[in-house]
Parts: sequence; structure tokens; C-alpha cells
Amino acid sequence: MIPVLLILIPLITGLITFAFSAAESAKKIALLSAVATLVVAGWSVCCTPTSALRFDIAWLPVMGSRFTLEMDGMSKMLCLLTGISFPMIFLAIFRQETKSAPGFYGWMLLSQAGLMGVFLAADALVFYFFWELALIPVYFLCSIWGGERRIAVTFKFFIYTFLGSLLMLTGIIYLSYHSPGGSFAIEALTKAALSESQRNGLFWLFFIAFAIKMPIFPLHTWQPDAYEESPTAVTMVMSGIMVKMGLYAVVRWLLPLYPQSSALYADVIIALSVIGMLYASFIAMQQNNLKRLIAYSSIAHIGLMCAALFTAQPSAYQGVMIQMFSHGVNVIGLWIIADAIEKQLGTRLLSEMGGLAQKAPTLAILLVIMGLANVALPLTNSFIGEFMMFNGLFRYNMVWAAVAGISIILAAVYTLRMIQKVLYGPLNPTTETATDIPVTAKWALFVLVVLVIVGGVYPQPLINLTNDTVQALITKH
Amino acid sequence: MNAIIFSALWGLVMMFSGIATQNRKTITGLSILGLVLLLVINCLHAYGIWVIKMDTKDALHFDSIGLFFNAIAFFATLLYVVLSGKDIENTGVHAAEYYALIFFVLTGVGILTAFNGLLMLFLGIEIMTIPLYILTGADKRNLKSNEASLKYFLMGSFSTGIMLMGIALIYGATGKFGIAGGVTLAPSTGLAVRPSFLEVGGMILLFVSMCFKVSAAPFHFWTPDVYDGAPAVFTSFMATIVKSAGFFAFIKLFEAHTAVLGDSWNILLPFVILITLLIGNITAVFQQSVKRMLAYSSIAQAGFMLFALYGTNDLSKEGILLYAFSYSLATIGIFAVLIKLKDYSLDGFNGLATEYPLLAFSTSICLLSLAGIPLTGGFFAKYYMLSAAIKAGGVFWLVIVAVLLAAVSVYYYFRVIQAMYFKTGAPTFNQPITKAFQWTLFGVAVLIIVLGLFPTLLLNFFYF
Repeated sequence: MIPVLLILIPLITGLITFAFSAAESAKKIALLSAVATLVVAGWSVCCTPTSALRFDIAWLPVMGSRFTLEMDGMSKMLCLLTGISFPMIFLAIFRQETKSAPGFYGWMLLSQAGLMGVFLAADALVFYFFWELALIPVYFLCSIWGGERRIAVTFKFFIYTFLGSLLMLTGIIYLSYHSPGGSFAIEALTKAALSESQRNGLFWLFFIAFAIKMPIFPLHTWQPDAYEESPTAVTMVMSGIMVKMGLYAVVRWLLPLYPQSSALYADVIIALSVIGMLYASFIAMQQNNLKRLIAYSSIAHIGLMCAALFTAQPSAYQGVMIQMFSHGVNVIGLWIIADAIEKQLGTRLLSEMGGLAQKAPTLAILLVIMGLANVALPLTNSFIGEFMMFNGLFRYNMVWAAVAGISIILAAVYTLRMIQKVLYGPLNPTTETATDIPVTAKWALFVLVVLVIVGGVYPQPLINLTNDTVQALITKH
Repeated sequence: MNAIIFSALWGLVMMFSGIATQNRKTITGLSILGLVLLLVINCLHAYGIWVIKMDTKDALHFDSIGLFFNAIAFFATLLYVVLSGKDIENTGVHAAEYYALIFFVLTGVGILTAFNGLLMLFLGIEIMTIPLYILTGADKRNLKSNEASLKYFLMGSFSTGIMLMGIALIYGATGKFGIAGGVTLAPSTGLAVRPSFLEVGGMILLFVSMCFKVSAAPFHFWTPDVYDGAPAVFTSFMATIVKSAGFFAFIKLFEAHTAVLGDSWNILLPFVILITLLIGNITAVFQQSVKRMLAYSSIAQAGFMLFALYGTNDLSKEGILLYAFSYSLATIGIFAVLIKLKDYSLDGFNGLATEYPLLAFSTSICLLSLAGIPLTGGFFAKYYMLSAAIKAGGVFWLVIVAVLLAAVSVYYYFRVIQAMYFKTGAPTFNQPITKAFQWTLFGVAVLIIVLGLFPTLLLNFFYF
């Protein structure tokens, strides 16, 4: 029952929110709904009976598809991340004026429903459905509430991802046609009678869809533009949770379905990921635009996670699990701060900032903590994850680990450069009148900072939670 | 049989109603009544109740799929008249005649879903298309409408000539007008007898003429001009109900016959599908007029529907029913809005969402369905077509090309959504948008979503 609730709560409240006319009540309903979802997600983590974590009814018997939702450790973890993120996002923007707010919050909740569905689906056709449905709300959110170039940029993003998912759809149909009984269930798909070369071809159809979503070099070109032009709340959803869809899909679908092909092409994919990491890091170093800087830093982090997934090392898998959660928390924190700065100063150019530490001490402290978490300093949550991923990468191939390791240094360079440009130096006319961040955003950030530090000091609960997924992956390989 | 006779009779009723009354509202009401009766009488037939019993000497053969397709076509026509009846009245001065012609077209549809021989196929096609030549020229003071009508007539007769030639060749080879042919096995060896040159040639000519009728490339050149030139309200009818009926006949004709064509079929079909998809999608991208864009989009959709020719099982028939229904619903919906607009270009849609949110929402659902986004009927329609091709095997590359081009199609469908939602403007209408119209269109949108969630609801009907 829990999986259904996780989808239905945001779906129904989202539809209701559209009917409101007052911005205030829409905001409150959205926040309440997000908290309710968080409670259910939290319950799913504590709740042990497996029967409550599975939902299965007949949907399209003629086609062999059933509406099956299932939660394993990774699903729980990502649903929890989604559950935590939305209240934080709503809290952070609570004091901001949004034009036609009911529509905005309605679409936000619908996108949450879509994301939950992606993380829960255990039937390929259901998965494809939610994969697309998570995209449509974001399309409308960015196109209506985004920045100046929003329409063209969102369009590019939409067509890019739609193309990927259509390729995946053909792969799914092909696979199910060869599976026993023409079923779409994941267990049946793994048993599909296919030759080696067919599998290798299908592997790429799936991988391209996931790579576009993550995004992996050279399919990343939609991302910096989309992050920059979207309203910040949507950017948080995209970079905090939506990119995890790609990683999640690799773990849930790609690796179990095509273990041999994954091993065969591991080097190619790791190479692309590492190139992407370095490339994104170098661009981030040169960035003068705060939002684009965070966007590129996000590409670099995702690249490492993708590379780690293909090393077939237990420690790397475990690292990815931790890092998926940590990256979500960190990047949402960074976006909240970036948004607060932009709203304060009216600019996102680093060259026009400086001296904010004098005017906004709380903001400065929070930015430093989040920045250090982004660099993966020990005692922050991403240290554990990155350490384990590099460990796995090192065992897989020392050269790749060494090359990828450069990105750690580069991450420190661009993050510290950003902190320095924003917080220190003399005050200038733009920053002269700055004040501290709004109180609701402060609360949201406070929660995130607690998560950063707790995750960095005691990550064991997260490891326990996702252990079953990692074990399943290891036995399949 | 019920439907064929009844629609022909009701066509006559409509024609004479023009003499009895000048009130156009009454005439539209009468035709709606006729369509409802037609739908009921057709369903009665499906349940085994013949209102009009007649021995057709096996020239017509009624099966549940054909009758179900009739029901879809009649229902779509009903929706079309309910949504756009006012525009039919306002097109010219002969509202009653237009409705009469529409009923005659439906007679042709009834024959096409039941034909059991090439002669009946020919009759069905002719009965269906000749009224359309007139409807295309309905706006007789408009030069473009006249041009379109003439063009359609010339091209149509040309393709009919090709079809007749094909039928003649097949008759010459087999001595029959039947379509139950297929490959015969030689008694001594058990191997397939090579079909005669005449028969293969006849089949290819039939294929070409059917491609003409459903506007598959490279025989599509009439489509954009005719669809663009005809009064928009009749374009809507042509692009949906008539086109789907053409496809139904196409598949019925070829499902048992591909073996005769042998290897040439494996070259012919992928080639036609490929260039239909390419030309339809790529050209649609560059259109500024939504009406013309929809004309090219109908070519692109035809490319997808052609995949049904790959299935030799029920999958492709179910698929074409679903495709016909969801495509017709969506296209009728968009046209219903387009017809009311003064400006047919993309800019004409600017800012529609701010003034008429419900209307914009319903139109968006129709567009999403055409693009094949999940949760709409269009998704499962495409899904069935792709499955048919994948299961047939050997053309996976074509499936990949098709989905790449489906992504292209998102570009031009979404441009309309962008205009409605993200651009500012004040759309001007030919006539006031009534609440009833908005809610009917909303009903269409809901129907599309229901089809997208439970396509089996529709398909279960057909196993009644």
C-alpha cells in the first residue's frame, strides 16, 4: 500500500491545487502534501514487512503488462530523498511571490508523483509511463515560469529526453517480445531469449535514454542551459532528483538486464564519464555565472557516479547509493543559497559579487558548509560516497582512478573560487545593501546542513538501507 | 448491411430536408439524429439483429472487426458534427447537401469495411471519395477551394484508374474478383507456385492506388494542397474518418496477400513507410500555417499506420482500430478549435490559454496524443504499430527511424502548445466559443486520456 500512497498523495493534491485561485492556500496545500509524502516515505524506511512494500494489480492483460510497484533499499532511499526534497524546496521559496502560484505548485506536485512512480515501478511499461510523466510537468514549469530564453531551452531539453525515452521504448518492446510470456515484469525481461549481439544493441538503446537524463558527456548539452533558465525550485528538482532517475535506471534496469554487455562496454562508458568529469570541471573553473557553475559541477559529480556503476565493484555500488542521496541534499542546498543570492543582488554573475560575508553572515556560513560538502571534505556526507567510489574505480583500473582523481582537485578549485568571489573581498554597489537570507530558507538549509553532517559522521543507516540492492547487483554480476 | 442502407437513405432524407426547411439548426439536428440512429443500427447488426436483411451473394462479408470500425467511424462523425456543426452550416449556402454528402461518404465507409471482392472495394472507394470532391469545393467563391477540388478530382480519378488497371490484371491472372487468393502450393512438390507476372503486377498497382488514397509518399503530393485548400471543416472530416477507412480497407486488402508479392513486398513496404515518415515529419516542421502543418502531420501519421501492414495477426487490426480512433479524436478536436479561429497560422493560437484555459487544455491533450505521449490514446496507438513491426522482425532499423521521427513530430505539435501557453496574444474567433463547445471538447480530451490509461476497454468491446 505504501508505494501507491507515495504516488497518489502528490498526484491528487497536485490536481486539487490547480483548482485553487488563492496563492497562499495553494502554497499551504502543497507544503502539507509534501510533508505527508515525507511521512509516508519515512514510514516505508522503518516499515519492515515486505508485503506492504509491494503493489500489484492487472493493468493491460492483453499486452502482458501489470501495474507493479515494488520497493527495495534503493527505492526507499530515493523515495526518501524525493520526500525530503520537496518540503525543503517549498519551504525555501515559501516567502517568494510566484505568478499564478496554484498552477506552479500543482505542476510541482505532479512532477513529484511522476518521480515517485519512476523509483517504484517494477514493470517496464509502467516504468516508461512514469519516466515520461515526470518530464511533462517539468516542461510546463520551465516554459511558463523560467527565465528569458526559457521556451527554446526547455524545448531542447524536452526533445532530447523524449528522443532518448522513445529509443528505450523500442528496446522495451523488443525485449518483452522475446521474454517468456511476453511479459514486461523485470524478472521475465531478464530471462528474454536473445543473442549476444541483440543484447549489445539493446543495451545502447537503454543506455542512451539514461545517459541523456544523467547527463553523460557528450549528451549533456541541454543541461547547463536548462538549469540556468528554469525557475530555481524546478532546477532543484531537476538536479537534486531527476538526474538520479538516470542513475537509478542503470542500477534497476540496465545492469540486471544486460550484465555481459555492461561489462563489455564498461571501459567505453567509464571513459565518457571521466572525460565528462574533467571537461565539466574545467568549464566550471572558468564560469562567471553562479548557476552555470553549479550546473557544471553537478555534471562532474554525476559522471563519477556513472563511472563507478560500471566498475562492478561492491564498494563502488555502495558508494553510489550513498552519493545519490548526498548529492541530492548538497545540490539542493547550493541551489537554495544561489537563489537567495540572486534574489538579493539581482545578478548571478560572480564578478559583480563580493563581501557578502560582512552583510549576510548566516548565508556565508551555510554556503561554506555546502561548498565544502560539494568538495567532499571529510566529515561531510559526500566524502564517504566519493571515497568508496574512487576505491571501486581504483580496483577496477588504476589509470581511470588517477585521471578521475584530478576532478577532486578541480572541484576544490572551482568551489573555493566561488566561495571567495561571493563572500570575500570588498563590498561593491550591488552588495552594499544586501541582507541575510529569508527565515524559511534558513530553516530548510538548517535541515539540510544537519543531514550533511550526520551523513558525514555516521553513514551506516544509509548503507544498511541500500544493502539489499547492492547485494542483488553483486550476485547478478 | 444495416449501416450501408440506412446511411444511404438518411443521405436522401438530408437532401430533401433542405427543401422542407431553411432553418440550419434543424438540419444539423436532423443529421445528429441520423448519426445516432446509424450508430445504434450498426451496433444492432453487431449483436446479430438485421434491420434490413439482404442477400449480398457473398460480395459483402460482415465481421465484428469491420462493424466495430464502422462504430468508431460513425461515433467520430457524430463528435465531429456536434463540435463543428455550426461551421458546416456557415461554410456555404447548402448545409443540407453537405450533410447528405457526409452520409454518402459513410455509406462508402460501410462498404469498405465489409468488401469481399475487388469490385466491392472499387465501389466502396468511389462512393466514399466522389462526395469528397464536391465537399472540397464547397466554398465555391474561394479560388483555393476550387483549385483544391479540381486537383483532388484529377488525382483521385488518376489513382482510381490505376486501381482499375490492377483489378483487371488480377482478374486476368486468376479469373476471379476475389481477394482470398494467396499463394497456391504445387501438389507434386509442395513448394509454392510462383505467382504469375500479371498477378504480381496487379497487386503492385493496387498497392500504389491505395497509397494514393491514404496519402502515403511518394503519392502524397495532392494532400497538402487539398487539405489546405478545402474548407477547414471538411479537411477535418477527410483527414480523419475518411483516411482511417482507407487504411482499414488497405489492411483488409493486403493482410492475406503479401505472400504473392514475395520479396518485392519486403522492399516496397519499408520504402514507402520510410519516405512517408520522412516527408511528413520533416516538411511539417517548416509550416507556419497550422492547417498545413496538420496536413503534413496526417501524412506522417499515415507512415505510422502503414506499420499495421506488417502484422498478419490480430495485433495489427486491434492496433489500427485504436490508431484510427485516437487519431480521429485528436485531429477532430484540434480542427474544431482551428476552424473557429480567424487566423490559421501559429500566431493565431497565441495566448489562447489565458482566455480559454479549458479549451487550451483540451487542445493540448489532443496534440500530446498526436505526438504519442503516454497517458494519451496516441501512445498506445503508436505502441501497437511499433509492436507489430518488431514482431514481424527484420525491420528493427525502420522502427528506430520511426521513433527518431516521432521525436521530430514533438517539435511541430509542441509549437502549438507553446503558442497557446507561453506566448501572449488575443486570439480572434469567427464565432463565439460557447460553454457547450468547450465542455464537449473537454469530453473528447477525457476520452483520449481514458484510452491512454485503459486501451483494452476499447479493444474488449470488440471481442464481445
